[in-house]
Amino acid sequence: MFAADFEYYRAGSVAEAGRLLAAHPGAKILAGGHSLIPLLKLRLAEPPAVVDVGRIAELRGVSADDDGGLHIGALTTHAEIAASEAVRAHAAALAEAAGLIGDPAVRNRGTIGGNVAHADPASDLPPVLAALGATLDMSGPDGERSVAAADFFTGMMTTSLGGGELLTSIRVPSAEGRGGAYVKFSHPASRYAVIGVAVSLGVGTTGGGWMARIKGEQKETVCTDAAVAVGGLVPKPLRCGAVEAALRERPPTAETFAAAAAAVGEDLGGDLLGDVYASAEYRKAVAPVYVRRALEAAAGRAAG
Amino acid sequence: MSSRIFGSGIRRREDPRLITGSAAYTHDVTLPGMAHAAMLRSSHAHARITRIDTRKARDAAGVLAVYTGADVEGALQPMPCAWLLPDSELKVAPYPCIAKDVVRYTGDVVAAVVAESAAQAEDARALIEVDYEPLPAVIDPEAAARPDAPKLHDKDVNGEEVPGNQAFHWVVAGGGDVDAAFAEAEADGVVVRERIRQQRLIPNAMEPRGAVAQYNRATGELTLWNTTQNPHIVRFLCSVVTGVPEDRLRVIAPEVGGGFGSKIAAYPADFVTVFCSKQLGRPVKWIETRSENYQATTHGRDHVQDVELAATKDGKITGLRCTVHAGMGAYLSTAAPGIPTILHGLMLSGCYTIPALKEDVYGVYTNGVPVEAYRGAGRPEATFMLERVIDMLAHELDMDPADVRRKNFIPKFDDGHEVVTTLNYDSGDYPGALDKLLEHTGYAALREKQKAGPSNGRRMGLGLSSYVEICGLGPSQVAGAIGFQGGLWESAIVRFHPTGKVHVFIGASPHGQGEETTFAQIVADEIGVDAGDVKIFHGDTDSTPMGWGTYGSRTTAVGGAALALAVRKIRDKAKVLAAHLLEASAEDMDYADGKFFVKGSPDKAKTIQDVALMANVAWNLPEGMEAGLEATTFYDPPNFVFPYGAHLAVVEVDTNTGHVELTGYTALDDCGPQINPVIVEGQVHGGIVQGVGQALWEGAAYDENGQLLTGSMLDYALPRADGLPELDIISTVTRSPHHPLGVKGIGEAGTIASTAAVYNAVMDALKPLGVKRVDMPFTPERVWRAIQEAKGS
Repeated sequence: MFAADFEYYRAGSVAEAGRLLAAHPGAKILAGGHSLIPLLKLRLAEPPAVVDVGRIAELRGVSADDDGGLHIGALTTHAEIAASEAVRAHAAALAEAAGLIGDPAVRNRGTIGGNVAHADPASDLPPVLAALGATLDMSGPDGERSVAAADFFTGMMTTSLGGGELLTSIRVPSAEGRGGAYVKFSHPASRYAVIGVAVSLGVGTTGGGWMARIKGEQKETVCTDAAVAVGGLVPKPLRCGAVEAALRERPPTAETFAAAAAAVGEDLGGDLLGDVYASAEYRKAVAPVYVRRALEAAAGRAAG
Repeated sequence: MSSRIFGSGIRRREDPRLITGSAAYTHDVTLPGMAHAAMLRSSHAHARITRIDTRKARDAAGVLAVYTGADVEGALQPMPCAWLLPDSELKVAPYPCIAKDVVRYTGDVVAAVVAESAAQAEDARALIEVDYEPLPAVIDPEAAARPDAPKLHDKDVNGEEVPGNQAFHWVVAGGGDVDAAFAEAEADGVVVRERIRQQRLIPNAMEPRGAVAQYNRATGELTLWNTTQNPHIVRFLCSVVTGVPEDRLRVIAPEVGGGFGSKIAAYPADFVTVFCSKQLGRPVKWIETRSENYQATTHGRDHVQDVELAATKDGKITGLRCTVHAGMGAYLSTAAPGIPTILHGLMLSGCYTIPALKEDVYGVYTNGVPVEAYRGAGRPEATFMLERVIDMLAHELDMDPADVRRKNFIPKFDDGHEVVTTLNYDSGDYPGALDKLLEHTGYAALREKQKAGPSNGRRMGLGLSSYVEICGLGPSQVAGAIGFQGGLWESAIVRFHPTGKVHVFIGASPHGQGEETTFAQIVADEIGVDAGDVKIFHGDTDSTPMGWGTYGSRTTAVGGAALALAVRKIRDKAKVLAAHLLEASAEDMDYADGKFFVKGSPDKAKTIQDVALMANVAWNLPEGMEAGLEATTFYDPPNFVFPYGAHLAVVEVDTNTGHVELTGYTALDDCGPQINPVIVEGQVHGGIVQGVGQALWEGAAYDENGQLLTGSMLDYALPRADGLPELDIISTVTRSPHHPLGVKGIGEAGTIASTAAVYNAVMDALKPLGVKRVDMPFTPERVWRAIQEAKGS
């Protein structure tokens, strides 16, 4: 199990990585290696060159961004994200999902950037980033640009990253106070998500409109807004508009969540993934169970 | 002595080297001038090879040679089958080391490349051009037996046809007229029937397979480092296949990272590696990858079982009738024919009095990886069949499963009980084991809890499995009678050095079971030396006496007996020498805790170390006594040993999703006196988990073309700690009446019991929903579908 021959380059900075990628068309970017190395060893990928960005210090770590959200370097490992107090406070679903990836060895080496750039449909982080409304920052031959998570993932194993572009950071707006959860049905062998559901749920109070408020009628606790995305089920992470709509302004009760979860079928449409372990039909049938569980978990954590 | 070393849970002496990575495996063997081999394996499950062109590969960088089936023809004999099942119309199909005309599974070796580096060998392998004419493939053993199935083999090694791909048809029948028993039960009793699929399992030893061959052209001597459970058998088979005479052939099993049965067989790739070394005059290493391990290292189980149980209306079993189609894979692996027959059919009486039984086993060639022993080897498949139909009988009669078992158990016995399959169980208390298990677990309370039921669509289930198994294989005369092409005794040499330190040379070949520790404990217990003063040598055919290998939970039972008897010989000699030194008569001598003394005068004693020194310097020996303190024993057991027990699994099934959670597990095992209870518990833990794996997660899946779909650990689900509850392990102690130490065996017990316990628990949970059967493993989708179907009907 040896990779085919390739040239190896180590980049010391983002700029150098850019130069190396420009100089070696078709090169693959190596970060934590947990997706790329198996592909190389199975000879499913035989790139002429590999550019190792793994030691670029500036791409590593979690910090606050200017808007009170999180700035997460692309080389931040899953273990670091799962353990980060800042991520737990501002993006609970992301911390939870990162802690459920693979096993400790994978979480200690695998990086958020590598994970999302690989865009495996069964990966845990893409739906979380979609639900949290994250922005992905890239550096390339034409300079820097940013893309919303929803636009970043373009299909199965494909993203909007261009040739020679390097994913440098992920910015996640703060979801502090909202309830965040990631609930996963793990494949028992690969630990990838057969179904993964990310929820970011706001719970607040509302009255029955201004007239009710004038009368001083009791305010009602409701789901103020909800972001729900699923992975594993479809070729790319999917925001579940029908589920979200069924939550808005509804009381956070078991009935609401069950009804909203049932709406995931509308969101999923017909293009479901299936394999020898779990067929598309089965995934579609049980998806509402996982959506409901994620909503319940998120509601339990919401500050409302 | 305050405490005995026998029965003490001292730490395994193997572990420091295993845990710190300083153990040396076959892959760690590096020799000057060593070349590296890679095997090109068939990309088709069944095809005719129409052309092989190796020119590009031969011209590639670093390549020394490329060999095909034509090159090894005549130089490598076909792989022998070493269990020639008698009275079974056995058809051993030719099993070439490198396929020449037809490939029959996706692991068949088509060519071997040898290069200066392993990477170069792999690069060149990709340059070999092979044209195949695909043939239809068949994986399911029952389908393979049908008349219209693809035909795998034209002729067997004797030139006879192999109709219906049938490798053998073996029958066990005992007791009364089984058909009459069923006729009676149909008329005025109960019959339950079940179709059970024992799916194919991939053994997954932590260390994949490999070999390093070093042939010395000047001396004609071959050394083969091989990851095997039985180096002495490999030496014999290697000699047969490669033609290197046994006296010039040394097989070394270095550290071996687990086997679970998959390292019993001899393998074509090992002997191809030998061939390469002979051709090139250089050492050659071949190490398989994990994917190659899945593709070409033997699998386990693969039965389609049709089972019928006849009983009276009050739950008394009157007959058992079964037909098994056992998939053998493309060729008969070394010990394969004995697994679904002798080790399966003879155990069909289980813990029960079954007045009449009959089983037909059809061994069938398929286009899968050859099937061999896998932890438990035949006994898990037998226990499962019985324990499943007994639970079904309980269900049918609306009885508690425990009560049906009690009604049919063989009563307690301590010195022999013959069952209808001819076996003479040594000792057992099956009702006692179940009662103790039920009491320990609070079974009645668990049943109440089950009635109350968990919420949120979860259902609780309880599953019992009572088992007896056969191990300590076995009397060599029986081995001969059942067609095993070897003996089943074990041997040990015990050598005392002048300072009283001990070397033990043993034919058995432990590979993870901790017997370096337990063997040292046996010696220490028998003759009073410190266990730390005993070094155990094994796994090298040049330095150890003959042994038949470590499998079938036989190493402590048979090898340990040989060792104990060798030490007792030394004790006898030491007593005579001590008497001489004390100027006493040997008849007046007593022995305790490593000291020899005149009866009644324990303070005037000679220690075993004193005696060892004098025996070695030989200054003052009794007349006629040979110098040295050393003994050799060959122990051929008078009977098998029969460990037994009862296990309880508790599960919760999420009926919304089909997920099964094992929430509790208690095992009661009786393996006789435990030499090291910590090691026993470790063996039980590992065994249980492997059996749970079969019930919940594991299964080799092929597509309709015979391609392995579960070709890696990304797809083939192994048990993990986070899917398991705390395992509750208890035991009882029933001595084997015929064994020098009274011990039985524990390596496979957990696996033999646990699959049925978990299966029964899941079915117990699903029973109120009307679910009748689900194929293993219980994937969420299968369980969910079964629930949906039951709802619909």
